[in-house]
Amino acid sequence: MASAEATQDQVLRSEWGGGRSPFAVGWPKLMMWLFLVQDTLTFAGLLTAYGFVRIAAGRWPVQEEIFNLYLVGFMSFVLICSSATMAVAVAASRAGERDRALRYLLYTVLGGLVFLGCQVYEWSHFIHEGARLFNNPWGVPLFSATFFIITGFHGAHVTAGVIYLLVTAVRHQRREIQPESVEIAGLYWHFVDLVWVFIFVLLYLL
Amino acid sequence: MSEGEGGRPHGGYRVYWVVWFWLLVITVLELGVVLVHVPRTLLAIMLVVLALMKAWLIIAYFMHLKYERLSFIYAVITPLFLGVILFFALVPDALDVLRLR
Repeated sequence: MASAEATQDQVLRSEWGGGRSPFAVGWPKLMMWLFLVQDTLTFAGLLTAYGFVRIAAGRWPVQEEIFNLYLVGFMSFVLICSSATMAVAVAASRAGERDRALRYLLYTVLGGLVFLGCQVYEWSHFIHEGARLFNNPWGVPLFSATFFIITGFHGAHVTAGVIYLLVTAVRHQRREIQPESVEIAGLYWHFVDLVWVFIFVLLYLL
Repeated sequence: MSEGEGGRPHGGYRVYWVVWFWLLVITVLELGVVLVHVPRTLLAIMLVVLALMKAWLIIAYFMHLKYERLSFIYAVITPLFLGVILFFALVPDALDVLRLR
């Protein structure tokens, strides 16, 4: 009896112990993390399908000749910068520096808008050269399909992120939300950057 | 870098600019290995390793996962192995399709 109690006591004090908050994070943040985990698997599914299609096709257009790698590099640069400004905004919000938090949130939004602008330019250029969803001049129909679906899905995430950050900035300035909400918006934004790391490497560089 | 209450980093915003700098360095390296035309397999390995390094920097420092509880880190990292399993389960099929062509 005594030893059973001792064991339970050990479990509760361990990393895996239950209690009110086993992970030591609030539930909104936990829910955002769970959403991001499942969204990661969505992108993993898309990128795996891309890998399947590309291996099975046997040949693949040379991306360097079709995309402007310097533009794509610049897009990566912009997204990394916006992720850094977002991290600063989260820290500033937690430190109670409201003006700095607002300023850096707006820098982050600006970064997102520049990224989207570049993507619009890239898509229109690609379409102008004759790329369609299931048809393109480079001989592998699924080449443009995977490109449009994967970058389009990511671009939709960026668009949603820009709106989410604008709402967060306004509500934070009106003191309607806690610093934790800014941190949660930040998690989403860093995730968008994280996905781009893999899209950049797998779709454009490899 | 000193650790504050709850394992969070104190010491202002410096850590974020350091991480930002290294992310940019890795991005330039990625573009560099593409432009110098190394062999295909080596290129793929290098790019994946560099991408994983960037992912680790973003998750650990920007998303603060490094400062969370160990149980929480396991809870969010473990499901990602499903993605790895998915990839390696499908590659043999893709190679079969290629061979049948």
